[in-house]
Amino acid sequence: MLYREAGDFKTTYRSDQQTFPIKSERFLFWAVIALVALAVPFFINDYLEKAVLIPFLVYAMAALGLNILIGYCGQVSLGTGGFMAVGAYATYKLMTGFEWMPMPVIIILAGFITASVGIVFGLPSLRIKGFYLAVATLASQFFLVWLFNKVPWFYNHSATGQITAPPREFLGFTLTGANAEPYATYLFCLGFVFVFAWVARNLTRGRIGRQWMAIRDMDIAAEIIGVNPLMSKLSAFAVSSFYIGIAGALYFSVWTGAAEVTEAFGIDKSFDVLFMIIIGGLGSILGSLIGAAFIVLLPVLMTNIFARWLGMSTEIAEHMQITIVGVLIIFFLIKEPHGIAALWRTIKEKLRLWPFPH
Amino acid sequence: MKLAKLAAIAATALTIGAGPAFAELVFPSLSYRTGPYAPNGIPFADGYADYFTLINERDGGIEGQKIKLIECETGYNTEKGVECYESTKGEGALVYQPLSTGITYQLIPKATADHIPIHSMGYGRTSAANGKVFEYVFNYPGTYWDAASIIVKYISSEEGGDLKGKKIALVYHNSAYGKEPIRTLEELSKKHGYELLLLPVDHPGQEQKSTWLQIRKERPDYVMMWGWGVMNQVAIQEAANIRFPMDHFIGVWWSASENDTIPAGDGADGYKAITFHGVGDDFPIYADMRKYVLDAGKAAGAGDQLGTVLYNRGMVAAMWAVEAARKAMEIHGTKEITPEMMRDGMEALDVGEARLKELGLPGFTVPVKVSCESHGGPGLGMIQQWDAKAKKWSIITGLIEADREVVDPLIMEDSQAFASENNIEMRCGS
Repeated sequence: MLYREAGDFKTTYRSDQQTFPIKSERFLFWAVIALVALAVPFFINDYLEKAVLIPFLVYAMAALGLNILIGYCGQVSLGTGGFMAVGAYATYKLMTGFEWMPMPVIIILAGFITASVGIVFGLPSLRIKGFYLAVATLASQFFLVWLFNKVPWFYNHSATGQITAPPREFLGFTLTGANAEPYATYLFCLGFVFVFAWVARNLTRGRIGRQWMAIRDMDIAAEIIGVNPLMSKLSAFAVSSFYIGIAGALYFSVWTGAAEVTEAFGIDKSFDVLFMIIIGGLGSILGSLIGAAFIVLLPVLMTNIFARWLGMSTEIAEHMQITIVGVLIIFFLIKEPHGIAALWRTIKEKLRLWPFPH
Repeated sequence: MKLAKLAAIAATALTIGAGPAFAELVFPSLSYRTGPYAPNGIPFADGYADYFTLINERDGGIEGQKIKLIECETGYNTEKGVECYESTKGEGALVYQPLSTGITYQLIPKATADHIPIHSMGYGRTSAANGKVFEYVFNYPGTYWDAASIIVKYISSEEGGDLKGKKIALVYHNSAYGKEPIRTLEELSKKHGYELLLLPVDHPGQEQKSTWLQIRKERPDYVMMWGWGVMNQVAIQEAANIRFPMDHFIGVWWSASENDTIPAGDGADGYKAITFHGVGDDFPIYADMRKYVLDAGKAAGAGDQLGTVLYNRGMVAAMWAVEAARKAMEIHGTKEITPEMMRDGMEALDVGEARLKELGLPGFTVPVKVSCESHGGPGLGMIQQWDAKAKKWSIITGLIEADREVVDPLIMEDSQAFASENNIEMRCGS
């Protein structure tokens, strides 16, 4: 019923291979995009912006990046927090060093800087695999945080090591600093996530993505059929770090406006993003977005329900929220080990056949 | 208990609603009752909330205006801190006390743009003491730089006024908070000729073996500590383990609560710290507090924190907020004050010993007088010492003044850098 596929013919290879092959789904996708891009900016307020939407978009970006590395290329990484820090500090240095530079250029450049750092820390992946690689990337997490805390050049020799984003405009809209309009920062972040989710989707079904997946599924077999492990592993690290770097850049410049490396980009960040992609679905673009929504938005929703709506005391509300999120994570992992995105796939298959499942 | 309190607030709101329409005075409390820093967050939040409850119950509010306290859990996490700020600012929040250096740094530009004052009481950005640049940020009664110079002054007086050739170590939380005093201590070392040894401890601070091994090796004459949470307990325990003379170990005001010293047992005896308010519950206000709040079942927490260091600190923060609100009403001649009016009240705040006596807090804290130029207050401090047998802190010095000739130029330099970075014009007619 929900999916009316009668008359939805595909006459070319191209139309059969498109991202949304079902017509009604394509329609739904563009409707959602229109809603978030054209309708939301009109009623967004500070709370929705700073506590709900921007956090979601920033973490969605980071989850997309990590999903490319872990979900598509099979290289386990615990360095996400460190790479986000690279993005954030690169943004800070570019913003303060080159005041004329437009914000989008700074963010993209921060992404490239993080990508180059990612390649360096991806080198061990040529020799080590699985849990051992996770430990090696964990080292990058600690090293990068230590570096940004230790070397005063990175935080412009400020007395405290805090970095603060100065106010910057782009096309007449203030994007950073306290006077930024919620709709401007929201659309800015949304633009990045939309474009790069699109790019990620197309990367992963092209030549590079297929190489990544071949490496993920069995690296020796992939090498035998002619996939270059050096190129594909390092390109996965580069692309993944690029995304995570952009997430870190947006985190620091647009969302929080100030950051301190030990507090903002600690090991917890790495785990949070890892949980996002595991719960959302490894190797799925939609899964990255769902996972980010799950980890970021659910606690905020529950705080609002328990503490503000039901009027529970703040610590009971907080503890309830931690417990419930934990229970839900376990529930989803048992019910659908491949993530909520796989759950959605199953539901979709059922819906397409409904009401005649046989 | 919390429900009873909410019911009481709801009931009072209803009765007020029946009479002339009074707006409530909203005070948000960004507390942390969960997470690694909860043992320190709970007593402060309790003290802060209980004082407001006392004013509501005993006096019927500030000049008859009821107070509405909105608590929001931050977990000492900056992301949640921003969520708390955004969710409460729309309710007419009069003043924010972020209770975390990281959250303070994030809120300074936001609150300034929203015209809501911040009171980062003895923490946060030190150079916010310069009211010419930071219109909406206050950090009276003192800053970390004041604290550092007071501790050095105290050490110098212990050593007969000469620190030449002495070695002083700073054990600090490796974060914005812990790094704050370094500049000042470096300047002071040039002035006094002592050698400064910097020993960072990474969050959360459970692992300090190497730090204290180094102290054993270097044998500094004094150790200062800028720690928070579990780091304090571990440091005091480690100092006791290497038999460092405890009376040569001096903490900042956030490294000196009962939570920090009791775990080390007798080993902590003699540990010192700087403070800006009294210790214990031997103040007349506590009789009222027990009568109107605790015995009436309206305490914010479990009610077991009365008289602890951090409870008293929460109380003194609330006291200054209430007095500032009173001042704001006086200046603007209205009882329904806005955050902007609250700011004016904070800038004109003047709570001396006479006023403290009226409030039932004689000798409880340093006299505070804020002005347009100085949002950092008097910069006075006292030294308190721990008695492990009695499990009590006691104040062992009078008020010590900060080394203004060293601290003030540093505040000027840092705040001016901020002003030029953010294109802020100087206020106060200069």
